[in-house]
Amino acid sequence: MARLLIRNGRMIDPSQGLDARLDCLVEEGRVVAVDADLAAEGAEILDAEGAWVAPGFIDVHSHLREPGQEYKEDLASGGRAAVAGGFTQLACMANTDPVNDDPSVTKYILDRAEQDSPARIRPIAAATRGLEGRVMTEMVALKAAGAVAFSDDGATIMDSSVMRRVLEYSTLVAAPVIVHAEDCHLRGPGVINEGPVSTRLGLPGNPVAAEEVMIARDIRLAKLTGAHLHIAHVSSAGSIDLIRRAREEGVRVTSEVTPHHLSLTDEATMTFDTSTRVAPPLRSAADVQALRAALAEGVIDVMATDHAPHASYEKEVEFTEAPPGMLGLETALAVTLDLVRDETLSPIEFVRRWSTNPARLFELEGGSLSVGSPADIVLINPDCVWTYDAAQGFSKSRNSPWTGQQMTGRAVATIVNGRVVYHKDRGVLIQ
Amino acid sequence: MIGRDILGIEDLSRLDIELILETAERMQEIGTREVKKVPTLRGRTLINLFFEPSTRTQTSFEIAGKRLAADVVNFSVSGSSVSKRETLLDTAKTLDAMDPDVVVVRHKVAGVPHRLAEVLKAPVINAGDGAHEHPSQALLDMLTVMEQKGRIEGLTVTIIGDIAHSRVARSNIYGFSKLGAEVRVAGPPTMLPPDIEALGVKAYTNLREAIEGADVVMALRIQMERLEGACFPSVREYAATFGLDRAKLRAAKDDAIVMHPGPVNRGVELAHELADHRPSVILDQVRNGVALRMALLYLVAGRPKLDASAGADEMAGGGER
Repeated sequence: MARLLIRNGRMIDPSQGLDARLDCLVEEGRVVAVDADLAAEGAEILDAEGAWVAPGFIDVHSHLREPGQEYKEDLASGGRAAVAGGFTQLACMANTDPVNDDPSVTKYILDRAEQDSPARIRPIAAATRGLEGRVMTEMVALKAAGAVAFSDDGATIMDSSVMRRVLEYSTLVAAPVIVHAEDCHLRGPGVINEGPVSTRLGLPGNPVAAEEVMIARDIRLAKLTGAHLHIAHVSSAGSIDLIRRAREEGVRVTSEVTPHHLSLTDEATMTFDTSTRVAPPLRSAADVQALRAALAEGVIDVMATDHAPHASYEKEVEFTEAPPGMLGLETALAVTLDLVRDETLSPIEFVRRWSTNPARLFELEGGSLSVGSPADIVLINPDCVWTYDAAQGFSKSRNSPWTGQQMTGRAVATIVNGRVVYHKDRGVLIQ
Repeated sequence: MIGRDILGIEDLSRLDIELILETAERMQEIGTREVKKVPTLRGRTLINLFFEPSTRTQTSFEIAGKRLAADVVNFSVSGSSVSKRETLLDTAKTLDAMDPDVVVVRHKVAGVPHRLAEVLKAPVINAGDGAHEHPSQALLDMLTVMEQKGRIEGLTVTIIGDIAHSRVARSNIYGFSKLGAEVRVAGPPTMLPPDIEALGVKAYTNLREAIEGADVVMALRIQMERLEGACFPSVREYAATFGLDRAKLRAAKDDAIVMHPGPVNRGVELAHELADHRPSVILDQVRNGVALRMALLYLVAGRPKLDASAGADEMAGGGER
């Protein structure tokens, strides 16, 4: 399959400012032509009538659990879930077992992904050894092995002097440091947002201040060190104000927001459904509105899933005992297309936040359909109505609050390196 | 209410609450008999599923079940489902396979009875879930106030203590509010959860103002096990500021009653002299607890064909002698 012609689609490419009816010709894994009414002898034809044709989505925050927790997910199942959701590239978090704090683990992930995953995998390495917040990892060696960013994610580095060193040293390798900003002492036993809902339910609350004080600290440290600080899953209106001010000051701070923080509030926890236990917790309606506005404004740069699979038996426990996290890869597109439907984002700005911006921030290939770009492409039917059933999905886990719900919008086909790896009617296609 | 789960007062209507209280009033007589037993739930199995030890509540439910002739099985489990490596779903399915007729659940985490109720065929009665709800306690408190005051509508009820961590407070806030009382809560700011006034109460940090003109003053038990991270600096300071004694109680109405869910930390939330005698009604609360729980068991697990009043009439005349 050397040549592939995608015809009759609505091409949306933020990198070129394109939103037009154009065809796209792919050859040897690269985009070779973008024009109206292209013809290509002998090429395989993919009819995109009624669909958007966009650069493949890039998720900069997913937990693929391999190595070590393959009962939750592995690079094969996570990669399949990704392409089924329209993602062509994933950055996977370092909290595997063993932790990705050594180049051998980074290489292992890349080797396994090469064999097993239909999506491109970009490992994020730990910022400190064992995610213990004490000793920095070998960032130079890890970057050379293929790590694209550094993060201890949920194991927030509480020691400010360590955090300062991590940020300072990261400038040597010019890679972003991703933080899960949460003061673990202030969070305490909190499992849901502190507010009227936690008061009603009697579940321990986690105040927005636990996130905001750490974002404030890390912004000051980023200013001190000149590092690129990327704030994972921003969840509160107060955090947005801190980020906006820092950017006005010229601090190199970027951030992401998840589909669930853009769409669900802490009211979703009222049934005690443990799939709604996430970190940071689902917040108030006012926070959700502020996040949507900040994404539109550009204060928040990208959307990211924080896809966090857990086995059913790990979630079928007391709310406080359930590990935090929910699936995201297969529902992200439909859930966030709501931002286009309510005109928070135009289609081109929507694609920018799922593809072009993540590529730019993390210096990844992709995020563009310009001639010469890698042929990582997603075809989206924004109006397709379907029912999500986590048990029938590609992920090994089922921890999703959207299971059984009607969704609007889905990936029709996903192309990685010029090959159709997913088609809605044919499933995941791997050689 | 046959077959219905009793998970919280928030889910009950005013009519539900009145039905439960009326039924409990009829049950009180059974406890005064020489032979304290009626055959109402004969052949039915009550499982007391306690994940958190609670001698008082468990005993009260056990006596209530036995007075109605149910077979009562106490099932105590310690530790979380994670430490046992058994999920709540497994626990629920296992119990369900034993075909109980009613399951009483106590757990230190909010929401566990609700999750179990989704799986169990038998009705579930929440005997306390974390800091969420403790419906039978609130109902027995309401029964006691009805007994003492003859009404709840129009009364002022003040609840003092760690409101943030109290299931008794939440259930009483819902219950007394639904029956038309004005509910106030009081404690240091560290014990008042955010947005508590959204539950329809007025919050006070000044005890005197909170008690002013109250008909009912309820003190909650203070957890003194560990002061690290606690909501108050010392027992002495708490007792001096929020502990109830005769002098502080003078701000309340002359005929105000004092309540406590027990067990009392004497000299902390309640002065020694207040714990034993009127205006304290603590032992009435305990006594009413049995009748109230009999009413709950009867209403959710009794014979479907009988309505409440017919059932109570039958019991009044049909006891074993």
